[in-house]
Amino acid sequence: MKEKWIEKNITDFVVEPNLLDYSHEYERFDWKDVASAFDGLPSGGLNIAHEAIDRHANGTLAEKVALLWLCEDGHQKKYTFSQMKKESAKFANILSSLGLVKGERVFTLSTRLPELYIAAIGILKNLNVLCPLFSQFGPQPILQRMQRGDAKVLLTTKKLFEKKITPILNELPELLYVLLIDVEEDESTQVLSLPRLMQSASDTFEIPHTQPEDMSILHFTSGTTGMPKGVVHVHKAVYTHWMSGKYALDLHPNDVYWCTADPGWVTGTSYGIITPWIHGVTNIVDEAEFDAARWYKILQDEKVSIWYTAPTAIRRLMRINSQPTKEYDLSHLRLIQSVGEPLNPEAVIWGKEKLKLPIHDNWWQTETGGIMISNLISQTIRPGSMGRPLPGIKAGILRVNDDGSVTEITEANKEGDLALKVGWPSMFRAYLHAQEKYDKSFIGEWYISGDLAYKDEDGYFWFVGRADDIIKTSGHMVGPFEVESTLMEHPAVAEAGVIGKPDEMIGQLVKAFISLKTGFEPSEELKRELIGFGRKKLGTAVAPKEIEFQENLPKTRSGKIMRRLLKAREMGLPEGDTSTLED
Amino acid sequence: MTKDEIKSAIIKEILEIAPDIEESEIENDKNIQRSLEIDSFDFLKILTAMNAQVGIEVPEADYSQVDTVEHMVEYFLKRLE
Repeated sequence: MKEKWIEKNITDFVVEPNLLDYSHEYERFDWKDVASAFDGLPSGGLNIAHEAIDRHANGTLAEKVALLWLCEDGHQKKYTFSQMKKESAKFANILSSLGLVKGERVFTLSTRLPELYIAAIGILKNLNVLCPLFSQFGPQPILQRMQRGDAKVLLTTKKLFEKKITPILNELPELLYVLLIDVEEDESTQVLSLPRLMQSASDTFEIPHTQPEDMSILHFTSGTTGMPKGVVHVHKAVYTHWMSGKYALDLHPNDVYWCTADPGWVTGTSYGIITPWIHGVTNIVDEAEFDAARWYKILQDEKVSIWYTAPTAIRRLMRINSQPTKEYDLSHLRLIQSVGEPLNPEAVIWGKEKLKLPIHDNWWQTETGGIMISNLISQTIRPGSMGRPLPGIKAGILRVNDDGSVTEITEANKEGDLALKVGWPSMFRAYLHAQEKYDKSFIGEWYISGDLAYKDEDGYFWFVGRADDIIKTSGHMVGPFEVESTLMEHPAVAEAGVIGKPDEMIGQLVKAFISLKTGFEPSEELKRELIGFGRKKLGTAVAPKEIEFQENLPKTRSGKIMRRLLKAREMGLPEGDTSTLED
Repeated sequence: MTKDEIKSAIIKEILEIAPDIEESEIENDKNIQRSLEIDSFDFLKILTAMNAQVGIEVPEADYSQVDTVEHMVEYFLKRLE
């Protein structure tokens, strides 16, 4: 496969990459040195909001555009670092005046509006915890997450509030306030108008002393056996944001950066909010959903130089038979990174041929807080590989022994558990209220990622598959248990088994196998009803796209549905070990 | 097919793919994906179903021309003439 490798030539670079010699940089890197990249709070300690916005607003970058927001209708709004400082200060003052104290959780449920980005920084300033929800979740996933995360305040829009929060509001007695982005007047003593509050809030706010270990962001990730887990991150994670921004995204002061991820997911916060600003770089946010022509035009018109996107979008661009570099001026673009799911080698090569830039795949998870393994601008790409560990990150392939201990596999190209040596700054600090689950994620000094991979003789890592039943659809994780539980609430459903069915475009699609209760007959109409039921309760991002009725689902003798077997049958693969299958 | 027939065919396909939506929620001039929370995968399914009915394939590059019900009707109508 060596002939497919994409070699880099140093003379091709208009801007000298931050990393030229991988081995040298990897060897000499020390997390302690990263401290000098930050100013620290005037009141002492380390706070992401200060490092991302306020320190730039107080210095030479004050009038530089921090956020360039592109509205769906074509108009745009610009916020300088100075304006972002003031707007986020107002939001922090609002939270403070509502009585919120350090550590209390503020949830966001919004499409990509400027207020969402302002709020994210404001939340961190007031030492509250940012808990982003994806706007395409339905009421059930929202409820599960808000309950588990002890939501005190929710920021959302009127439409999303009416459609998704009203049905669950009485199940959230701890929720103190809902702030609506797009209403002028308060709707009640609990449901308040954000514009009204912003108008009277002071635009100065002194960030209180923040410990690097104080909680900053709570994301939720899907479990295979239970409901979603709250992944706790702390302010010190900013060390990883800075490091990965420097090496993986190769950020330089004059870059224009566009991350297409939604802040409902971790890429959209770590890299759609924090990282570009930590580096003082202009960050583009597009309100609209994927549209090929619109995207190429943004790359051209805004002179995007660093683009962080996802395999689903790249595969859609690949469907168009065009010569993008002839139709659009993409000459400012100098680096494309991709994350969400493994990028197929054809896509890497397509980038090189059609965009005149190869696409760099990288790997990380909600739990890791930032990019851990990545292809790099200056380094050879082996298409299909996720690259090599970033400086400061020790990754390994492990074998779990019979006694539960682990051994690192040193032999090249041998499959095992992809694991990270503990201690990187953005490592998650807890699964909220689930200490046992957290402890189980570690063996000895290793965090076990749940992904299977191998490492080649030169240290490049290659993804093999998931060790569990988690579904990856359009780059998002979906827990089968969450989907099954909701489907079981339908009066016709006796049992449900949910799997990820391979799909060319979105990686996997959520497919549910359902057995019906006595008195219900399989029909197209019932199938439609169940699809609608799933969409209404779970939302587009989680609901099953396909439903198949089966009289009996394969179960273990203890009554657990064997998703593995459902998947093997769906794909026409050997059924493997069926010794635990009930008779 | 007449303009009205195309329009009802589109609406029928939207309701088929997203049975949770009430017909009254569909607004002619609103972005189908955003206003109805139809993701790109389901949007493709709508276009595939429409292709089966009207015999016109919408290439990915033209998606911005079929973003609303109104635009989609116009798109098909123009090509059927």
